Amino acid sequence: MKLALVVDDSRVVRKFGSQMLERLGFTVAAAANGVEALQCCSDQVPDLILLDWNMPTMDGMEFLVRFRLLYAGHDTAIIFCTTENDMERMHQALEAGANEFIMKPYDEDILRDKLQYIGMFVS
Amino acid sequence: MAGEFEEFCKFLKMSSGMVLSDNKRYLVESKLRPILAKHGLADLAELVREMSRRPTSMLVDEVTQVMTINETYFFRDKQPFDIMAETILPQLIRTRPPGRPIRIWSAASATGQEPYSLAIILDQSRHLIGNRAVDIVATDLSQKVIDRAREGCYSQFEVQRGLSTPMLLKYFNKVGEKWCIRPELKSAVTFRQINLLSPFAGLGPFDVVFCRNVLIYFDAATKSQVLRKIRSVMTDDGYLMLGAAESTLGLPTDFEADPQHKSLLRCAKRRSVGEVLDSVAARAPAIPAADHSITGKSGTEGAAIRRMVLAAQAKRNI
Repeated sequence: MKLALVVDDSRVVRKFGSQMLERLGFTVAAAANGVEALQCCSDQVPDLILLDWNMPTMDGMEFLVRFRLLYAGHDTAIIFCTTENDMERMHQALEAGANEFIMKPYDEDILRDKLQYIGMFVS
Repeated sequence: MAGEFEEFCKFLKMSSGMVLSDNKRYLVESKLRPILAKHGLADLAELVREMSRRPTSMLVDEVTQVMTINETYFFRDKQPFDIMAETILPQLIRTRPPGRPIRIWSAASATGQEPYSLAIILDQSRHLIGNRAVDIVATDLSQKVIDRAREGCYSQFEVQRGLSTPMLLKYFNKVGEKWCIRPELKSAVTFRQINLLSPFAGLGPFDVVFCRNVLIYFDAATKSQVLRKIRSVMTDDGYLMLGAAESTLGLPTDFEADPQHKSLLRCAKRRSVGEVLDSVAARAPAIPAADHSITGKSGTEGAAIRRMVLAAQAKRNI
């Protein structure tokens, strides 16, 4: 079973994100910010990361850059899930190594579609 | 109360071909509630009376729209668009002379996600298409829906269904809180209001028709009628894409199922009169050449009469 990591400072978002991913067949871990997320990754590198942008301690963009440097050999898919919704931010995220970008709010259909585009889920 | 529901169903069948069963009564009531409130109408009976009094009013358009609109999103079901890109388009490019445009019809385009998805596919296949012109005609029953499709602006939620982020960034501009199709992609699609039950004046010929999740709401007779009309505006080697849950099984149509792709139909080869006569003769009870009791004639005249009998039978099959 594939491992997903939900990184978000909101407990509610972590819970909903985890439930959706479990329904889509993932084993799910969760972290409240970039620092916690890096610790999780040092235990086991996930196959997928749902990543919030604005978080305390270490934000999503900093985590993304560090993760891609640390785990350059891994093909972990990273999807930003954030309230940021301008085109510049989206370009920035993709250029920094995110595979996809979801604007909150989102639902399971949107998540499934995005996973399909990055080749991780076929219904 | 029962009478007004039946009256409403009759009206809807006439205006859109949509058939409602009795168990859809709740759906009707919940879908129509905002319209009743907006127009200050007390109930379904009053709505039916108002629509009969003014059958060409905006109210009728609104009711038809709310009853027939379906959930739609970009690249809905994905597979039809993959088939378009990987199978249909290369085949059309191979078989059409270089200067001939390729014409595509999105026959129930709703708010435009399907024709714009096709426009994206075509843009991504530019290397294959070259300078050849491609026309996408998108039609819908409701003028209001067509106006929205033509505007090409969608909510954040709508653009996240079915579109990848690179596609969103390439083909849309963010205008305030809306995401609007870029002008160059928008200009690839021509929108028209068309009722599939009315004559298709000035439409066609089309190489590809997408008519997905529409036939499912028609009864068998209406389905056959619409399929025949669609075939009449298609090229002889055209493709018809239906919805995932639709088929022409058991219907007398001029289409053949594609063996490899569910929901994809090919135009059946048009048969010559001679071929139809042969097939009818093969199925009809034999009329032996020497059986004068049937034709009343023998020799050359008898043969001519036999041929006329067969032709009359065949006419019903052409």
